[in-house]
Amino acid sequence: MPNESQRHKLFTRRAALLAGGQALLGSLLAGRLYQLQIVEKDRYTVLADENRINLRLLAPQRGRIFDRFGVTLADNRHNYRVVVVPEQAGDLEATLTALASLIEISDADRRRVLRDARRKHSFVPLAVRANLSWAEMARVEVAIPELAGVAIEQGMIRHYPHGATAAHVLGYVAAVSEKELTGDPLLELPDLRIGKSGIEKSQDIRLRGAAGTSQVEVNAFGRVVRELAHRPGQPGEDVVLGLDMAIQDFVARRCAKEPSVSCVLLDATIGDVLALVSSPSFDPTLFSTGLTQAAWQELSTDPRHPLVDKAVGGTYPPGSTFKPVVALAALDAGVITADTAVSCPGHFDLGTATFHCWKKGGHGTLHVRDAIKESCDVFFYEAARRTGIDRIAAMARRFGYGSAVGLDIAGERGGLIPTRDWKLATTGTGWQPGETLIAGIGQGSVSATPLQMAIMTARLVTGRAVVPHLLREGRLPPGGDQQAPAFAALGINPRHLALVLDGMRAVVNEQGGTAYAARMSDPALAMGGKSGTSQVRRITQYERDHGLRKVTEIPWKERDHALFVAFAPIAAPRYICAVVVEHGGAAGGGGSAVAAPICRDVLIETQRRDPARRLPGPVAQSGPLARPGGG
Amino acid sequence: MVSLSADIGRRELTLADKLRGIQWGLVLLLAMIAGIGFAMLYSAANGNLQPWASRQMTRFAIALVAMIAAALIDIRYWFRSAYWIYAISLALVVAVDLRGIAGMGAQRWIGLGFVQLQPSEIMKIALVLALARYFHGVSTDNAGRLRYLAAPALMVAVPVALVLKQPDLGTAMMLLACGAVLFFLASVRLWIFGAAALIAAAAAPLAWSMLRDYQKARLYTFIDPERDPLGAGYHILQSKIALGSGGLFGKGFLHGTQSHLSFLPEKQTDFIFTMIAEEFGLVGGLALLVLYILVILYAFAIALRSRSQFGRLLALGIAAAFFLYAFINTAMVMGLIPVVGVPLPLISYGGTAMVTLMLGFGLVMNIGIHRDVRISRLGESRLG
Repeated sequence: MPNESQRHKLFTRRAALLAGGQALLGSLLAGRLYQLQIVEKDRYTVLADENRINLRLLAPQRGRIFDRFGVTLADNRHNYRVVVVPEQAGDLEATLTALASLIEISDADRRRVLRDARRKHSFVPLAVRANLSWAEMARVEVAIPELAGVAIEQGMIRHYPHGATAAHVLGYVAAVSEKELTGDPLLELPDLRIGKSGIEKSQDIRLRGAAGTSQVEVNAFGRVVRELAHRPGQPGEDVVLGLDMAIQDFVARRCAKEPSVSCVLLDATIGDVLALVSSPSFDPTLFSTGLTQAAWQELSTDPRHPLVDKAVGGTYPPGSTFKPVVALAALDAGVITADTAVSCPGHFDLGTATFHCWKKGGHGTLHVRDAIKESCDVFFYEAARRTGIDRIAAMARRFGYGSAVGLDIAGERGGLIPTRDWKLATTGTGWQPGETLIAGIGQGSVSATPLQMAIMTARLVTGRAVVPHLLREGRLPPGGDQQAPAFAALGINPRHLALVLDGMRAVVNEQGGTAYAARMSDPALAMGGKSGTSQVRRITQYERDHGLRKVTEIPWKERDHALFVAFAPIAAPRYICAVVVEHGGAAGGGGSAVAAPICRDVLIETQRRDPARRLPGPVAQSGPLARPGGG
Repeated sequence: MVSLSADIGRRELTLADKLRGIQWGLVLLLAMIAGIGFAMLYSAANGNLQPWASRQMTRFAIALVAMIAAALIDIRYWFRSAYWIYAISLALVVAVDLRGIAGMGAQRWIGLGFVQLQPSEIMKIALVLALARYFHGVSTDNAGRLRYLAAPALMVAVPVALVLKQPDLGTAMMLLACGAVLFFLASVRLWIFGAAALIAAAAAPLAWSMLRDYQKARLYTFIDPERDPLGAGYHILQSKIALGSGGLFGKGFLHGTQSHLSFLPEKQTDFIFTMIAEEFGLVGGLALLVLYILVILYAFAIALRSRSQFGRLLALGIAAAFFLYAFINTAMVMGLIPVVGVPLPLISYGGTAMVTLMLGFGLVMNIGIHRDVRISRLGESRLG
């Protein structure tokens, strides 16, 4: 059968061709497998790991803040929140209703949970409510066996045990805002809080620590299958401040008696800030739990500016507290001496203008020491006139005025010390001689912060360029600081300094001194100081002619500020206190009447506690002096 | 020896003869491949027999019985029924078009009460059967003539058109390729293939306009899988990642990360080869390919020893269909060709393809058993 055998032969040939084609395609497959699995293996292995391994950041524990004796000023507390996993809950609405019978759940929270449940994978835990109280947590915890899918999660929240007492120094933490994102993935963690003001902000990097990581295996839907590796984060560093919290607390309570006060307490020898109070204050813990709109509104619209640290960020005309600087400038320039006598008739005439002394009848003839003691304006008009504004400004700068010294928290302002050049540059007009006189009594364009007033006083008593600081290298060693940092000498004639300090001693301790009423009963604790009353508003000629209004008739915002700077003890001055009572306080008094008693109370308490040398612990001695303000 | 074999061919085969003639080596190979399938379905269910492996085992048991039965039935019965089987398959494909169940955006299944049938799978074997019968009756000289090619061309074109309409690009491609292989083995002149290719190229723009959007997307994705890594390109990219990360020896049984963490789609059906290569590496992937090649070689050996053109064409037609299944599926998961819905033969989860392929190999064994039976042009036996 030739036909059939020919067909078979042809078939065999075609079959061989087909087999060849299949072999070709088969080797193509093998080659492709070799390419993917051998040649490009590494690349695909990386891609497979990227698929399945998720690196999660673990927020580090924020560093704590301590005072000089190790008292905790800021730490972290556990924060409990209740979460629900929709997948395990089954009927989410019923679960929420059951939860609502145990803890308060607002309609907004309820809607948010139900909405998120639709948007997210059903295995993602949804936060129902945060910041559970202990009692609420306990109620939920007990009911958890009956509440499928409900769990308590624990987070950390910043806690300030002393509440509002040192709020301006410590600052507060809050969630990272859009413009604070730097690309550091740590900042994108939803639970992370960063410092927004005070030490929390200035030391944020130190306090923050380094993030830990958790390597988890996830499936294609993002569900965590297991943890592959866990590296705990590096907790933030602890920060120690020079503050003495016991004194800070005393000062805060003393200042709270007036509507709006700031107070700075320094250790002049080493520059430690022992207390820094701006009253009224706020509770920084509120910011970590989340401030309500109403609370924020109240804080931000209060005319007393509770959110502003007025002790470093409030600028006031220093008034008569500026006179020691003017006296030193005049003495240094040689335009007056200790014996230069000036007669005060109650006013000073310059050309056609008349400048008044605060004492209507005048002080009679006096020298520089008594001019400080009695705060004679006319003497300082004359001293300023002789010295000239530029030399006064130069001396003021040596005492820390005119620019921020660089305290280790943000919000510090520099105040203003006017010069001829400054006037020309800012207003385009020349300096008027009358302006020198006004500057001579710390009024006019002159302005300074309470911190700068304290720095001036510290520099007066030490003769050195004291620079204050909040941070310490570590806790106070037993027995106090052995070695004081050597601040550079100011290079001012010590006899001039002694003369001015003697005047300031007389202000409090001699009859006729402006703050004689605020003197200490215990001479060992006695302070020296200088009062000031700075005008907020110009007194018009009409008012002078028709008699000054009673202070109670003037609106609070237009009343004079009351200021006082002081140092103690007289024999070896170490503690410096500066107080500014905005608008003279509730009763509306001058520096000697309102601010000096605060300085006195603070300095008595400080010397009794003696934080520069003493170890922490309760004050042994207790008596009427322990709470001069009455608590 | 020649006279002895002629003696055997002269008398009717007894059941004992037939049982002796079964290619037990082929049965073993098929069982090994199916066994790999069970293991992978067990792994795909994260180490559970449910829901896939156990059901697939049941299907294989049924398919094995059906295969032996198909092998024992007289070859002339198959020859005579070829056109009927084709007609019934075609009717089923039409039925799917008319009232099929929509699944995965395409209509491919038909509900038969307790089972769901995929007629397009049956069509692949039915087409080979019908073409083998047709070309058995056409002499080598006539096979070169165009007028003898009209009927078989229609036999291919009608189911291809119907399947394309479902739309099922992969099956249509396979039917077309199976048809072409049969034409080629039936000694159709090579220039006719050239002419057909030219016509196809000319018609390509028209075909493109008829493609569904998702089919176009698949073609785009094929050209550049990274174009849309989370959308249409996701499947192929994840498949390549799984393959590549498997390396030489794989990640180990039950330890494929891509498959077990659900990055790999359709891991129990179309992408099961990826899972094998991920868990057993290049070694595992090549081993499976070698098993497939051995099966095809068996079919070649049987075909070349068959005395009837019908047997030869049928055996190699079925082998070609089997090869196409394996090639299209593996080439797709490796990113060599576009994503099309073709299962990995004997391994992918699914009943119809399993049973159909096993029936196909039943026919191949049948040809081996009946290698000396001569079949006249009309199907009655004609002893040697």
